[in-house]
Amino acid sequence: MAISINGQDYPLPADPRTSLLDFIRREAGLTGTKKGCDHGQCGACTVIVNGIRINSCLSLAVTNDGDEVTTIEGLGTMAAPGTMQEAFMAHDGFQCGYCTPGQICSATAMLQELAAGWPSDATADLEAAPTLTDEEIRERMSGNLCRCGAYANIVAAIRDAAGEHA
Amino acid sequence: MHLKQDKPDNRNVLDTTAQGVIGAPLTRPEGLLKVTGTATYAAEYEVEGCLEGVLVSVPIMSGEVLSIDEDSVLAMPGVVAVISDERLTGRAAQGTAGEAPFQPAQTVCYWGQPVALVVAETFEQARDAAKHLVIETRAQDVPVDPEKVDTKVEETTRTGDLAHAMAEAAHSVDVEFTTEGHASAAMEPHAAIAQWQDDSLTVHASLQMLKFNRAELADSLGLKEEQVRLVSPYVGGGFGSKLGISQEAVAASLAAMHLGRPVRVVMSRQQVFQTIMRRSETHQRVRLAADNEGRLTGFGHEARVSNLPGESFAEPVLQSSQFLYAGENRLLQLEIARIHRMTAGSVRAPGEAVGVQTVEQAMDMLAEKAGIDPVELRLRNIPEKHPANGKPFSSRKLAEALREGAKAFGWEPRPRKPRHTREGEWWIGTGVASAARVHAVVEAKARVTLRPDGTAVVETDMTDIGTGTYAILGQVAGEMLGLMPDDIDVRLGDTDFPAGSGSGGSWGAASCGSAVFLACEGLRKKLAERLKVADDGLTLKDGFVRWDGGEKALTELLDGKPLDATGHFEPGDSTEDMAISSYGAFFAEVAVNHWTGETRVRRMTGAFGIGRVLNARTARSQCLGGMTWCIGNALTETLLFDPNDGHLVNCDLAEYHVPVNRDVPDLDVLLLEERDGSASPIQAKGVGELGLCGGAGAIANAIYDACGARVFAYPMAPNRVLAAMPQN
Amino acid sequence: MRPFDYQRAERLAHAAQLTAQSDTLALAGGTNLVDLMKLQVETPQVLVDIGRLPLGTIEAEGDGLRIGALVSNTDTAVHPRVRADYPVLARAILAGATQQLRNKATTGGNLCQRTRCYYFTNIDQPCNKREPGSGCGAIDGIARIHAVLGASTHCIATYPGDMAVAMAALDATVEIASENASRSVPVREFHRLPGDTPERDNVLEPGEIITAVTLPAPVGGTQIYRKVRERSSYAFALCSVAAVIDLADNRFTRADLAFGSLAHKPWHDPRLADLLIGKEPSLALFDKAADLLLEDTQGYGENDFKIPLARRTLAAVLCEATGVEA
Repeated sequence: MAISINGQDYPLPADPRTSLLDFIRREAGLTGTKKGCDHGQCGACTVIVNGIRINSCLSLAVTNDGDEVTTIEGLGTMAAPGTMQEAFMAHDGFQCGYCTPGQICSATAMLQELAAGWPSDATADLEAAPTLTDEEIRERMSGNLCRCGAYANIVAAIRDAAGEHA
Repeated sequence: MHLKQDKPDNRNVLDTTAQGVIGAPLTRPEGLLKVTGTATYAAEYEVEGCLEGVLVSVPIMSGEVLSIDEDSVLAMPGVVAVISDERLTGRAAQGTAGEAPFQPAQTVCYWGQPVALVVAETFEQARDAAKHLVIETRAQDVPVDPEKVDTKVEETTRTGDLAHAMAEAAHSVDVEFTTEGHASAAMEPHAAIAQWQDDSLTVHASLQMLKFNRAELADSLGLKEEQVRLVSPYVGGGFGSKLGISQEAVAASLAAMHLGRPVRVVMSRQQVFQTIMRRSETHQRVRLAADNEGRLTGFGHEARVSNLPGESFAEPVLQSSQFLYAGENRLLQLEIARIHRMTAGSVRAPGEAVGVQTVEQAMDMLAEKAGIDPVELRLRNIPEKHPANGKPFSSRKLAEALREGAKAFGWEPRPRKPRHTREGEWWIGTGVASAARVHAVVEAKARVTLRPDGTAVVETDMTDIGTGTYAILGQVAGEMLGLMPDDIDVRLGDTDFPAGSGSGGSWGAASCGSAVFLACEGLRKKLAERLKVADDGLTLKDGFVRWDGGEKALTELLDGKPLDATGHFEPGDSTEDMAISSYGAFFAEVAVNHWTGETRVRRMTGAFGIGRVLNARTARSQCLGGMTWCIGNALTETLLFDPNDGHLVNCDLAEYHVPVNRDVPDLDVLLLEERDGSASPIQAKGVGELGLCGGAGAIANAIYDACGARVFAYPMAPNRVLAAMPQN
Repeated sequence: MRPFDYQRAERLAHAAQLTAQSDTLALAGGTNLVDLMKLQVETPQVLVDIGRLPLGTIEAEGDGLRIGALVSNTDTAVHPRVRADYPVLARAILAGATQQLRNKATTGGNLCQRTRCYYFTNIDQPCNKREPGSGCGAIDGIARIHAVLGASTHCIATYPGDMAVAMAALDATVEIASENASRSVPVREFHRLPGDTPERDNVLEPGEIITAVTLPAPVGGTQIYRKVRERSSYAFALCSVAAVIDLADNRFTRADLAFGSLAHKPWHDPRLADLLIGKEPSLALFDKAADLLLEDTQGYGENDFKIPLARRTLAAVLCEATGVEA
């Protein structure tokens, strides 16, 4: 009866009302994951659960029993930031920084989705393998609002990070 | 060093220094903290024994709270207290108010006003209990629709006879526009953790202007300012919504003072929408009279805005209309309707964000009537001096922005005719608009300390709300002290530091940048005194001090002891004697769907003159942000109010549509080379808001050029475009 | 969020048994239910987590396809057979929400998605759907996103989803199980009109759980999902059209159409196919189809625009499917 966050197990919360988001921020003390709307409308709380990205605010932590969660803290550290984190810095893919961990978790998972051949609303041919066009990045990142308006730089950062992966 | 700037400073000192970091596109020093999730925002401090508070709102449009039944929740699990102190505030404070906002909260003036705080051991308990708190109210019917009340004139500027000029004009335009309310919708909800100890209050909060906020909070609580410390090193966006303190900071403080335990209060997203500042909706009329060559002979701009009774703020729609274009016969008039929606206040670029785009649409219409290229029409109407008060303009890059922007965008200079290009279902068109935003600077202090190891510390209570303050203050100091910004520790957002300007009105960079500049001038003087040379004879570079005849390492000169100086900047006559503004131009290409009226912005170019650029990377990002807001302003953002009780119906991020990534195409930003010595001693002006001032007009003009739909109501949602689209 | 008793159902019968009790709700992906519980729009005393029931696979069923109730929207949209044989369904899902939400949202949950009506989600406003008898705030309020077809004096809310609209066009079937029985309901009949009981969105009875949606054998044709929205992504539809169209000798041989965000249910009007089949596509014909579709519309001020918008969106889809020039 535990949730693994960045490789460390945490016991399930006593109160079943606890969202995975509040669980991560409070019980695990990992405040890199942000609460922007608490209703799945902004993407600031995006984390990667069992390899896929979700809005942690809409998941009750008790339902995540046995799941493996990766948060922004699991993607890199101050001493050793990850590729996507480096790219966001290099391209100024943020301003206030509040949506940023969600953007980076989302972008990280998004590149894997693309590699797995998942289509998006921007994919012209549903049966062909999608390619990393700017329009694909924009559509696939549209679940992460940025009110500062850093989208243009976010797209550049992801393009850059994807290039390093390739 | 203290400077009250009464004269332009055209020494351009930062161009004569040697370090070469000013203006450089350096990455943000706090970037690593932000991308790793390590930067700590208001609600994220680990405070032992912290209780959780949830604000409780009442669903009446106006009236009184008669009673709050604490017993209705006190027996619930974990509930510790109900705070209904009469010092609770019902509204947020206006920017720079420096005094308590409306009290007591129990006098209800708009639907959803918070009136109490429920405090519990956990957030889940407090959230549930807040929904159970029984509150008895007496409701009162009040007006909620600005169309249905009498208005009062706020300000009038009249010269000549506009009606006559309109009658005599070779070409004229007389059009009315509406814009809907906007929300700042910063990504971090308003939050505070209050701690009360030894008669002192420490509040970690999400705020833009700590100096004023401290005074507002102290006044609200009946404390002395010295008893209040505010800490906001990282702020998850503000856009005006955190200029003044809001209800959660006061409520958390009162709870902490009552209970003797730390209390955290975070507003829900719905509460942020329902109780924090809205940008007023506007109803505008623009009149342009021109001669045969398109030269303006008359200029009229009238606007009606709204606010709650008793609020001093009136969306300054006409601010840049005062001086952007010529026309000797002028009538500018702002009226206000008093209605009961939540407080209207500053949302990014108050005034120009909705006032420039309408004028720019009218200019487009005039260009078409006069058969003149719209860029040329604007160039012909740049006034020689301020049309109303005759003041000379300081540096003004409007013409360059129009010309350089047109070149970069690939604008084809010609008279315009819509519906010229179709790609499948999509009509394609382009549009232009000017940008203008008044300049302001305010008093600011900063302390700069040279440490014995040759590094430096900058301290001010100034905030970085994403604007790049950490970066630019380090660059100003680095340039002046001959240090790389990596060797400068910029500390912000704490009222224990000297009082800065706060972030707002696009004045932070110029005001606080000047304070740091002055502090560094002070340090340079002290160093020069030690060397017994004139301070303008010093060259500081890479940790060395050079002068005519010698060179010493800074560390050697410091001799094991720190050296500090405080810079104190105050605006003076220099900003009074001149008409000072930032200017620019927008070019947009859009596609409009023939069937559905959906509009997609395909590309956009902005050219901006913002005085000295302090960091080309963060300045560009500010412009990108502004242009992104233009897209929301033009196409999607609208606060919808219920006509019966005035409540905000779309009070979340699912139904209030800020632009998403896919709404935003490639954005091209040109930063024009400019120094404006009247604006500030570092020749910088503001950048945070200019990118939003007029760009929605370029999109509107592009929509018309694409499909022939002249839409006079913002946002230009599919239904409005379809209704205006010629059918054939 | 009210306190609730959390129970994880290990077997379908167990889940059905539990959800037959009053004040008990089933939780799958949670993307809608948790949202509404936080607002106290939904206040179950017992929450039955059905997320780990074995309903998460997509399997061939005859020539058709059976999509388990707990298959995520993502897994449906990326499934090779859905992409190849039922592209309108993949398109509809991909046009909805965001990748994060689609990764959690399930087939069954999406069918049961509740309305986005602003008055429904605000517990301090009247709403007959949320609180029968309390009135409707939208009819005299802000009705921008509301129904223009099939509404009642009690409720003008819409079903807001995309997936079910495509399923209605495809004439899919909802499989439903209770503790001791099972039944099938066409998607077209799964959602209901509000009438005087708007609190009921669909035909599910207490104790009934959706187990799957089955798609009939593929019919080919041109499949289009067209969604009109206020921003280019992450927004509910103002109006949407799902279409499965086929022509032979330039005459319609198939015209399965369903419409989203116009009514309390995905709107399917069989008369449209009757009108179109056998005829040559033309703008005039499309206009006649729209006349038929919109014959009984009623706007509520703010949403009047949906009526011409539906007409134009239908024409856009039919033009795209048939090659008729606008």
